[in-house]
Amino acid sequence: MLLCALSAAAAFAAPLDSFVGQRGKLDIAGGTAHIPVMKEAAKRIMSKNPDIRITVAGGGSGVGVKQAGEGLVEIGNTGRALKEDEVAKYGLVTFPFAIDGVAVVVNPANKVDELSFEQIIDIYAGKITNWKEVGGEDGAINLYGREDGSGTREVFTEKAIKKSDIAPSVNVVNSNGAMKTAVAKDARAIGYVGIGHIDGSVKAPKLAGMTATQENAASGAYTIVRDLYMNTKGEPKGVSKLFIDYIYTPEGAEIIKDCGYIPLPRKK
Amino acid sequence: MDNTSKTPLWLTASALYVSALLASVFAFVIICAAEGLLEGGPTLFTSVWAPEGGSFGIVPMIAATIVISLSALALGWCVSLGCVCFVHGFGGSFASALLLSLLRVMTAVPTVVYGFASVFLLVPLVRDGLGGSGFCVFSAVLVLSLLITPTMALSMESAVAQTEESCRLAAASLGLSRAQNLVFVVLPACGKWLRASALLGFGRAAGDTMIPVMLAGNAVQYPISPLSAVRALTAHIGLVLSSDVGGTAYYSLFVAGGILLLLGAGANLLFRFIRGGKDGK
Repeated sequence: MLLCALSAAAAFAAPLDSFVGQRGKLDIAGGTAHIPVMKEAAKRIMSKNPDIRITVAGGGSGVGVKQAGEGLVEIGNTGRALKEDEVAKYGLVTFPFAIDGVAVVVNPANKVDELSFEQIIDIYAGKITNWKEVGGEDGAINLYGREDGSGTREVFTEKAIKKSDIAPSVNVVNSNGAMKTAVAKDARAIGYVGIGHIDGSVKAPKLAGMTATQENAASGAYTIVRDLYMNTKGEPKGVSKLFIDYIYTPEGAEIIKDCGYIPLPRKK
Repeated sequence: MDNTSKTPLWLTASALYVSALLASVFAFVIICAAEGLLEGGPTLFTSVWAPEGGSFGIVPMIAATIVISLSALALGWCVSLGCVCFVHGFGGSFASALLLSLLRVMTAVPTVVYGFASVFLLVPLVRDGLGGSGFCVFSAVLVLSLLITPTMALSMESAVAQTEESCRLAAASLGLSRAQNLVFVVLPACGKWLRASALLGFGRAAGDTMIPVMLAGNAVQYPISPLSAVRALTAHIGLVLSSDVGGTAYYSLFVAGGILLLLGAGANLLFRFIRGGKDGK
């Protein structure tokens, strides 16, 4: 009864109001790309209602599946769709909530407008070292990448360069913002950022004919993407359900956008 | 009994508290580093860092830390000595006072400010002037030397000021000018302080995280040229800890921390040794 009343109230009140009067503990673990979204949501919920304790840990998609499946955490995050055997073994219910797209970026002054997958692979392997080899002006290519454990790096490594080797000379920066600053200042730079972070300071050349935009990432026309999922063992209940509901509210979508991802509507 | 009655209880308590805290930090880092060594083992002491491929070598980072901090020390120490010579013998009194107050102000500048300003001002200059990406050993060394100069210069200055005061009359009666007094009497007498300030500077240079993270490029390779992008141990800890990794990559952080702690402790012990040795005579 109380829950019904609360969720009815939530329909016309601020999204966080559904947490009023609740108490309990919610543990979240798994995919690292999810962490900023989860942490921000957790922060807002806990400031609204200190009786709810939410912990957010990483560990990767495998950990997310295992811990949620074994009941160690209520929500296990994955950066990939669940495998059939995982669903069968643990009875997991999955909630895709965002698209994480990664675009290769260069300096706006760079004349290169299109790169192929082979060229990207060779550039990051250190085989192509001069911009003129890929149709640009004469000048050494300065490579920029992200730190180990970065979700952006994971997508780039898996989908753009297909897990091929990366030269040790790659300059490592530790955020999308730092990447943009570095590439925007360096006329001979190449790097990669989450699609949500692209602005006028950097240029995203076409990649194998695909243009990196939010629309293309959402429609599937751009393939350097992955969906981000929350997973629960069985249908979510209590605080877990409220948390997942909150992620799908407009406020949740704002958080997702602020973290550089594209929010997905709830699957019916 | 005598001692305790003179020392207020709260002073003793806070001294014990601080010592206990420091000891537990030491113990924590050493134990974790030992655990890291057991877990990571020999893979940590190789040259390739590629966690995806199971390589966790941190040797290039150790080399980078040593090269960066020693180069910054060499540069910063000479600049500091120059500042002290300017203040005590070669510069005008107004300019000297100005330089001293500038050095004092500089001790309060947060490293991130140096780092941020350098990303926008120094790095493009290095990139356009010398080539490469601009994020390299050279940039980091320049800014680190700037960072450690005030600490070293001020500690040298306080020693030089005292010594100069104590032998001023004798020097004047021998007909030495202020500059001659400084070069032939005061500086040689201050030798141990000059060395001690170098160790202070080394500790700061080796331990700084922000400057290498922002300016050195963080590529895991040996510092073969001043324009190589390299990753210092401190930068490694900062970078890997901010993201989320497990296993050997995670343990490598504790080993890196342990090595840094040993470097710092080594420098401090050397500092004590030099001071103690000279004081004993």
